Amino acid sequence: MGNALTAAVANRLFLSGNDAVAHAVRDAGVRVAAAYPGTPSTEILEVLARFPGLYAEWSPNEKVALEVALGASMMGARAFSAMKHVGLNVASDALMTLTVTGVEGGLVIAVADDVGMSSSQNEQDSRFWGRFAHVPVFEPADSQEAYDMTRAAFGLSERFRVPVLLRLTTRICHVKGRVELAPPQTREPTGFVKDAWRWVMVPGNAKPRLPLMFEREAALAAESAASQLNLLDAGSDRRIGFVTAGPAYMHVREAFPDAPVLKLGFSYPLPLARIRELAAQVDTLLVVEETEPLVEQEIRAAGIACIGKDVLPRLGELSPEVLRRGVARLRGELAAETDALPVQPVFPRPPTMCVACPHLGIYYTLSQLRNLIISGDIGCYTLGAGHPWNALDTCISMGASMGMALGMDKGRGEGDANKKIVAVIGDSTFMHMGMQGLLDITYNRGNVTILLLDNRAVGMTGGQDNPGTGRDIHGQQTGRVNFPQLCEALGVKKERIRVVDPYQLPVLFKALREETRIDEPSVIITDRPCVLIDDYKKTPPYAVIDDTCTGCGNCLEVGCPAIHVTRRDKAVKPSGKEVDLAFVRIETSVCTGCGLCVQPCAPEAIVHATPAVPVRFMKRES
Amino acid sequence: MGAAENGMRGLSGITNILVCGIGGQGVMTATEILAEAALALGFDAKKTEVAGMSQRGGVVVSHLRFGERVLSPQIAPGEADLLVGFEAAETLRWVHMLRRGAPVLTNTSRLSPPVVECGVFDYPADPVGQLRALGLPLQAFDAADIALAFGDIRLGNTVMLGAMSDHLPFPAEILREAVAARFAGRKPERLDANLRAFEAGRERAAALVG
Repeated sequence: MGNALTAAVANRLFLSGNDAVAHAVRDAGVRVAAAYPGTPSTEILEVLARFPGLYAEWSPNEKVALEVALGASMMGARAFSAMKHVGLNVASDALMTLTVTGVEGGLVIAVADDVGMSSSQNEQDSRFWGRFAHVPVFEPADSQEAYDMTRAAFGLSERFRVPVLLRLTTRICHVKGRVELAPPQTREPTGFVKDAWRWVMVPGNAKPRLPLMFEREAALAAESAASQLNLLDAGSDRRIGFVTAGPAYMHVREAFPDAPVLKLGFSYPLPLARIRELAAQVDTLLVVEETEPLVEQEIRAAGIACIGKDVLPRLGELSPEVLRRGVARLRGELAAETDALPVQPVFPRPPTMCVACPHLGIYYTLSQLRNLIISGDIGCYTLGAGHPWNALDTCISMGASMGMALGMDKGRGEGDANKKIVAVIGDSTFMHMGMQGLLDITYNRGNVTILLLDNRAVGMTGGQDNPGTGRDIHGQQTGRVNFPQLCEALGVKKERIRVVDPYQLPVLFKALREETRIDEPSVIITDRPCVLIDDYKKTPPYAVIDDTCTGCGNCLEVGCPAIHVTRRDKAVKPSGKEVDLAFVRIETSVCTGCGLCVQPCAPEAIVHATPAVPVRFMKRES
Repeated sequence: MGAAENGMRGLSGITNILVCGIGGQGVMTATEILAEAALALGFDAKKTEVAGMSQRGGVVVSHLRFGERVLSPQIAPGEADLLVGFEAAETLRWVHMLRRGAPVLTNTSRLSPPVVECGVFDYPADPVGQLRALGLPLQAFDAADIALAFGDIRLGNTVMLGAMSDHLPFPAEILREAVAARFAGRKPERLDANLRAFEAGRERAAALVG
């Protein structure tokens, strides 16, 4: 029985949507795949990198990734690029013109919307790009469709010489389901054909191409109208007919199994005739889409009556439960009461920085300095805005810390004249889109101190490599960016560039205090690796001597998750002021001996644990 | 309190299992192994979690649905047939997801995050007591203790798999085989430790019923 079961498990693919897309890209004979990591899309390229026979890369940002894919397509090779929703904002400059040239080898762009915002700075609906760039949009509803539609997208891309947007959401990317693969294709590049009229987009060449783009869009509309990817489930209960796409389709089917449903797999150009047909058969047409009322408005604009966001939420994820409530509202009924227990109030558990994270020392230090305005950026270090540090004041978009810091400096009034402006940015974010901002700071003489946190990883998405790590997507050795030299080349004076160990708190404190006092751009680079990557080396753990701990709580300000309060108390100071005391212990099983908490400990109560216990994986309390 | 008695795969023919804990505890791996057992029996299955930042010690909740054909991957509040919690307060956080009368299995270990340590929020004084007060079929035990008895805290999720194995609409043996399949290519000691942890969890849960 054991062997049979093992074999059954081995032969059946149970894939996330990301994994399914990667398998389809491989099986479509793609030659080049490029991406920048971003939740929820990251795993697509991670999986692709494990397949032999195709070129995969982490690019410095999404725009470069798309341009790499386009270059491969110009060679007549199939090409692919993946990104999260905000990544396509970055890549859109390339997109908006490559739609004019069209593609040669099939080009598919997977864009993953973080619907529900589990790990992003905003929620946005990437389907708009299909309209804006006049390119077709495919929307799979589960892993099998993610595989099938990715394969189909390459075929469509080549027939119409158009890039295809594969629109994913978190509940495609991060849902595992059964997948059956189709036979793989091989596809040799057809070769580059010099053709300035096609590839050199100067006005004289681009202008005559614009009508071609609109002709292509009209042809795609005819293709979508007849496409098997747009499916009508007839249904017996004609009170409400649904138009839906993506994972929302599954919710509709689950909540209303007898209703007619038009499922849009090839969702742009919209198959309006099919929608009109369904509308004629039902009392009410309800559009169920994540997240904006995009299809809904286009249906109305075509003169077809429908309901949508009038009864359904415009934000966050849909679910069968949400749909049932929306339909009850539409029918003027009370939603059926669920039998569920009430939600029990429990403290929030936001993500934390890791035990011994080098960022802990940086935010501890920033929290001890006064009169700072801290322009933040995107990465694990955005968590510095939270407890206990509260030492990050802004977070907008990749690399924005730089330009915003300069704007803060130039825009400050009398009230902020004495403030020191600090920008905090990670290594990967700096190379993604931060370098240009630093160039602006030096070019326009900004008074900003930059903390460049080089932890040799794209930490938040799982420690991927980047041009600063010296390793490529396969972990193979490659050139490594020299950050001090890069900053110098961008115009920072050599004497204003310091490399500091973030675990040496007095050194970091002194460097920050000195550099913020100097009225010109300076860069403090911290150079210790992310604790989640192999470069990080553990050292023997620490423990607290109970009798020596005075409950001052200084160590808690470091914010390390290995430090736990054992007892709280109050004391009255000689001045008469009442203070809170928190006596602590260190969870030795997870402490990796970074020594950050040792430094602010006034009574020297934190010492190496003896005997040193083996480091374990999960912390535990009794 | 076996699967037959608690009416799993009732109305819709779909079994809904919710596994919760915090990043780093092996919640996703345990749910994956459970899914593999269901798939091996020929069920359709979908598994999902929101885990964008869970590696950072945040909340992890994994939804597993299996049956003839699974549509939506998410379990709705009040529709879980089994709740398995790897951490006491996390179990309490998700208890509203249970169908009335469905069982809950929880590790009694408490893991308090920095927001609690720095005094911003309080950890519930007695999360297991709160669960008990809700009148649910409850099995609570310290899975970390059992894992540590085998010398490795990472065995905690296998202990929990063993504990849930008699609550499933298929024999516990099937889940045990899926655990074995997962560690098939690894060191024999590792496979052996996992199978012993599985049995220990199963026995501990069974003892709580008796």
